[in-house]
Amino acid sequence: MLEVSGLTKRFGGFTAVSGVSFSLKEGEILGLIGPNGSGKSTTFNLIAGLHAPSAGSVRLNGEEIGGLLPAAICHRGIARTFQIPRPFRKLSLIENVVLAAFYGQEERPSRGKAHEFARESLNLVGLPIEESARVDGLGAAGLKKLELARALATQPRVLLADESLGGLDHAEMEQAADMLSMIRREKGITIIWVEHIMGVLMRVVDRCIVLDHGELIAQGKPAEVAHDPKVIEVYLGTDAADVQKTVADRTQ
Amino acid sequence: MKYFLLALLALLAGTPFYGLGNYPLHLVIMCLLWGYVYTSWSIMGRLGLVSFGHGAFLGIGAYSVVMLWNHFGVSPWIGAIAGVVVSVIVAVIIGLPCFRFKIVGHYFALVTLALSEVTRLIIVALRDQTGGSLGATPNTALAQGNAWSLGALQFSEKIVWFYAILAVWLAGLWVWAKVDRGMTRLALEAISQEEEAAASIGINVTRSKLFVTLISAVMTSIGGVLYAQYQLYINPETVSGISISLQMVFGVIAGGMYVMLGPTVGAVFTLLLAEGLRLALGDSFKQFPALDLAIYGLMLVLFIIHMPKGILGTAAQIWQRRAAAKAPARG
Ligand SMILES: Nc1ncnc2c1ncn2[C@@H]1O[C@H](COP(=O)(O)OP(=O)(O)OP(=O)(O)O)[C@@H](O)[C@H]1O
Ligand SMILES: [Mg+2]
Repeated sequence: MLEVSGLTKRFGGFTAVSGVSFSLKEGEILGLIGPNGSGKSTTFNLIAGLHAPSAGSVRLNGEEIGGLLPAAICHRGIARTFQIPRPFRKLSLIENVVLAAFYGQEERPSRGKAHEFARESLNLVGLPIEESARVDGLGAAGLKKLELARALATQPRVLLADESLGGLDHAEMEQAADMLSMIRREKGITIIWVEHIMGVLMRVVDRCIVLDHGELIAQGKPAEVAHDPKVIEVYLGTDAADVQKTVADRTQ
Repeated sequence: MKYFLLALLALLAGTPFYGLGNYPLHLVIMCLLWGYVYTSWSIMGRLGLVSFGHGAFLGIGAYSVVMLWNHFGVSPWIGAIAGVVVSVIVAVIIGLPCFRFKIVGHYFALVTLALSEVTRLIIVALRDQTGGSLGATPNTALAQGNAWSLGALQFSEKIVWFYAILAVWLAGLWVWAKVDRGMTRLALEAISQEEEAAASIGINVTRSKLFVTLISAVMTSIGGVLYAQYQLYINPETVSGISISLQMVFGVIAGGMYVMLGPTVGAVFTLLLAEGLRLALGDSFKQFPALDLAIYGLMLVLFIIHMPKGILGTAAQIWQRRAAAKAPARG
């Protein structure tokens, strides 16, 4: 449903994303992996309209959306989370999400309906729905959940989850991974997921694409990617054996 | 609380009948007029759009009516509409690029500061039409024996102005409350905290900012019209330029921009301060034309540091804390 081709972003003389092409199939979870600074978040920013591409195109169901403003892309059904959470700190938890529910779609729901969507999203990620709940009390895991709830409240068809799960313990990471599977299952949302912890990611995704220095170096099923020599060289390194084992366990 | 406010309003509405004399009534009218203008400013100012350019809209409103009336005999009612239209155009010309290209905070303040100064310079430069720094007086429509002319929006009796401006002030508060309860307010708060996150959940940043800017600019230029017609004298210093723009910012912050009556309290405070300075310093006040500006600037800094919620905001906070402290004791 999403068709990215030749996507390129230059910041001054530096090319952060270079001729990246891939496609996203309806209903899948696509893992986007690569070393630090390889251009994963920048790719998300390009798809979500935060940056205009220097070259290349992004098509959603055949329609060119590259270069549209973030709000317009959100209205077309693509939601995103930020790697470093960006909550509206002075608003209450529910207000954060109600805004997304109210403004997230081309046709605005009534305020009552927006509240309903907001409560549903908060419930889905397991955050409190009380009017009095504040952002301040949330830890790293809570803030990530809020990012997700806000994105979900816009009723997206595609979710770009930038979740390098820093700051979470192992149980919280597993929980986050399960949450994405559950979101796909319950809401039928197609997902691109950025994550550094391969053990968690490989368990859940259907396919993987790998970036290095802004270039796409591999794509395929988790098993193929985990055995790809190039991917092992630039990214997996000594973890390769563990990752391969995770993938093998999963197919059993 | 509601009844207290209604009682206060009733008390206020009776002002002309307390036999206060002309000057105190004039002061009350000025408090209401500036209260309305400050309220107009705060509609965008409280949402992170701190404008130092509202003198421009005030000046456009005031000079549009007076110039059209004096030179072309156009009724101030039409002149007011022209002033509003010009204000909208100017607000769009300034606002659109600022909002589109994320000019916020200090940079937005600087751009708007330039706007208010440019407006003043234009008025001064067109001295053949505007009377320059000497100011302008609307030609009188009050032939002998006539106390007022509705068509020319001129009334010689203060009581008429009192009720007219009271009504406009109330309308201003109503708009303030309407915006306060609307979704746009939440959206703009979100934008002022995390603009990119707000945009990515579908909030049209430019449109939201432009929306409150236009409301604020239109209301302010109507304030300029009322000022010109009430005072029957305008000059570039009092309705445009840095001085009046800074005074608006100061007044609202001093009064408290997050509570409905804060800007009005700020207007009362500013007027009392100005009157006090005038009485205390006498004629020497006039010899240092920038003295008031310096004092406003200094007090603005003090308020921002020591009382960022303003007089009314801080009072409301103390009152709420007291109430909260009492409540458990009672239960
Ligand atoms: N707005 C920007 N201006 C200039 N350079 C940028 C900008 N955004 C990203 N970059 C650069 O582009 C490169 C790719 O960054 P990006 O954030 O996309 O990496 P990433 O793959 O998400 O890394 P991480 O795994 O650490 O999140 C980095 O070198 C970064 O410094
Ligand atoms: Mg990143």
